[in-house]
Amino acid sequence: MKRIISVLMENEPGALSRIVALFSQRNYNVDSLCVAPTHDPSLSRLTITSHGDDKVIEQITKQVNKLIDVLKVADLSDSSHVERELMLIKVATPTEKTRAEVMRNVDIFRGRIVDVQANNYTLEMTGTSDKLDVFAQTLAATADVIELSRTGVCGLARGDRALRP
Amino acid sequence: MEMMSGAAMVVRALKDVGVTHIFGYPGGAVLDIYDALFAQDDVKHVLVRHEQAAAHMADGYARSTGKTGSVLVTSGPGATNTLTGIATAYMDSIPMVVLSGQVPSVHIGEDAFQETDMVGCSRPIVKHSFLVKRAVDIPDAIAKAYYIANTGRPGPVVVDLPKDIVNVLEEHPYNFPTSVSMRSYNPNTKGHAKQIKKAVEVLKNAQRPVLYVGGGAIAAEAQAEVTALAEHMNTPVTCTLMGLGAFSGVHPQFVGMLGMHGTLEANKVMHNADCIVALGARFDDRVTNNVAKFCPNAKIVHVDIDPASISKTVAVHIPVVGSVKHVVQEMQKLLAQVDSSEQKEKLNDWWEQIDQWRSRKCLSYATDEEAIKPQAVIESIYKHTQGQAFVSSDVGQHQMFAALYYPYAKPRQWINSGGLGTMGFGLPAAMGVQFAHPESTSVVVTGDGSIQMNIQELATCLQYDLPIKIISLNNRALGMVRQWQDMIYKGRHSHSYMDSMPDFVKLAEAYGHIGIKVTKPQELDDAMAKCFSLKDRLVFMDVEVDQNEHVYPMQIKYGAMDDMRLSRTERT
Repeated sequence: MKRIISVLMENEPGALSRIVALFSQRNYNVDSLCVAPTHDPSLSRLTITSHGDDKVIEQITKQVNKLIDVLKVADLSDSSHVERELMLIKVATPTEKTRAEVMRNVDIFRGRIVDVQANNYTLEMTGTSDKLDVFAQTLAATADVIELSRTGVCGLARGDRALRP
Repeated sequence: MEMMSGAAMVVRALKDVGVTHIFGYPGGAVLDIYDALFAQDDVKHVLVRHEQAAAHMADGYARSTGKTGSVLVTSGPGATNTLTGIATAYMDSIPMVVLSGQVPSVHIGEDAFQETDMVGCSRPIVKHSFLVKRAVDIPDAIAKAYYIANTGRPGPVVVDLPKDIVNVLEEHPYNFPTSVSMRSYNPNTKGHAKQIKKAVEVLKNAQRPVLYVGGGAIAAEAQAEVTALAEHMNTPVTCTLMGLGAFSGVHPQFVGMLGMHGTLEANKVMHNADCIVALGARFDDRVTNNVAKFCPNAKIVHVDIDPASISKTVAVHIPVVGSVKHVVQEMQKLLAQVDSSEQKEKLNDWWEQIDQWRSRKCLSYATDEEAIKPQAVIESIYKHTQGQAFVSSDVGQHQMFAALYYPYAKPRQWINSGGLGTMGFGLPAAMGVQFAHPESTSVVVTGDGSIQMNIQELATCLQYDLPIKIISLNNRALGMVRQWQDMIYKGRHSHSYMDSMPDFVKLAEAYGHIGIKVTKPQELDDAMAKCFSLKDRLVFMDVEVDQNEHVYPMQIKYGAMDDMRLSRTERT
């Protein structure tokens, strides 16, 4: 089962590598990873998506929590939350027909065209990972995908629950 | 504010955190620090012969005192040589700080001479690490390193110091923190009251309880609490390899070590218990045997300071996160109304059953007129040290014999590499013990394989006049490997024998010590008496023991805890 684990940690050199290394060291899965400083520049927020049974996920959260640089850990998938992922995707648009088809799909999925060149468009799409998967598949059926980059999931719990120092 | 160089700050900060001994070896990147060490005598530096041994010495010092062990090494090979020692300490939760030199900051990443990414190399085997970037940060980093190493679940911490920041020619203000607080690190020692109450209920209602005591009880200095609980509730007590001494090995309620080479009675008690109270033990695979068959009828209470240890291998019913000392104290308060004599009566049947298992005398062994039995050597050490020595062990058959045949009455008396199983640990660890306890007897139980993995430290022993007693159970083979080959590989002894054994007596003499060779059972007692009468000298006793002896009992792989071989021919 897919899980979203959110981590609040010191924004220090080496902190990220400790978390990443922990996953390989203990044979845990990482499906995606998204990390950046927060509004407090001394802190970083990191979101990992992983999969495993309850026992494995419990061990992951405990082991991550044990790292000295880590302040808080939460399994967002435990309860109601908001999750988003950003994808940039460059597609070949050699003909008027593909251009129209791509634009229609972007419209339907509520994405944006962020760069236009003679032979290709670059598209931006935000949403849940599922939505991004579907969009990428749909697009691939109508146009040649040249390259694609995704941020990995980031998320917050709904309501009053929050990761704060 | 006092002004001083980065190098002077390192030494001063060590003094300010209370370091008495630091084990190390100089080299290019730490020459400034060595120069600062030269100018003082607050921190005693011990010059080792190999950096791995420095880490084991610091480890032995830490295990025998509870204080943090300290290591100082240079960059590159100096640092990487400590890794086995760091991993050893990490697996057994031993507080240690390793200060490693690093190439100057501007050269980091350039593959400079003697450069390695020590923070990276050590990452999976440390509790935490620091790469210090500015001289003014040195006191804070060292204070934090020692705080982290010896609070919560203890462990090793690396402090990597680039050469430019310890430059003796530049001075900076020295500001040692009066206290350490870290928003991301607040180890919890007090157990949750509700969980403790639940644990007490289970123990109170149990008909067949057992206390399963591990190294965490020693780290928490909880011998008195564990003993009081066991005596009040009349429970049998078993200790893990790491927990030996946390409950006295000569106490009538002690049923011996448990696990792979545990006693029959300890493993039977565990398997048949209806309540297991695990105190600072971690359900290691060398204890549980097949987890699916582990103690089927037991309600399990697990007290551990590390939440990640709980339900890692065996799912437990009542987790209590906290220090063994505090949690057991709280349990005792809640158990005050339990009448000790009624409790004793209640467990009568349980003890009758236990005595029946004990009557099998699983540690008895056949004696021989011709060959010295390794078990007899350990018993002889016990006799000649009146059970009072610090015993440091290497890894192999001799380690199991030393764990089983020398009852440890006190915590911190038994020093061994339990988790990592590091051959070469024994001698340097015993040296760390001797530095910490100059008046005590420090014994090494080793074998012909293990001792050769750090034998160069015999030179260090001479330099510092360490009167260590090395008892080598020489079976001309890697005994434990050979035992497994006998049992599983039809006696095909692939690379487990050595046919070019050195003359250990001459070797000891070459290093300036005394060597004694013993080959006959009839000579053993006199030789041992002589060994321990030479109070001021290091004595290396090379004892030729029966090559074909196996360690029994032994759990049968994939079985339950109490599925055991009791000898070459008998099984449970």
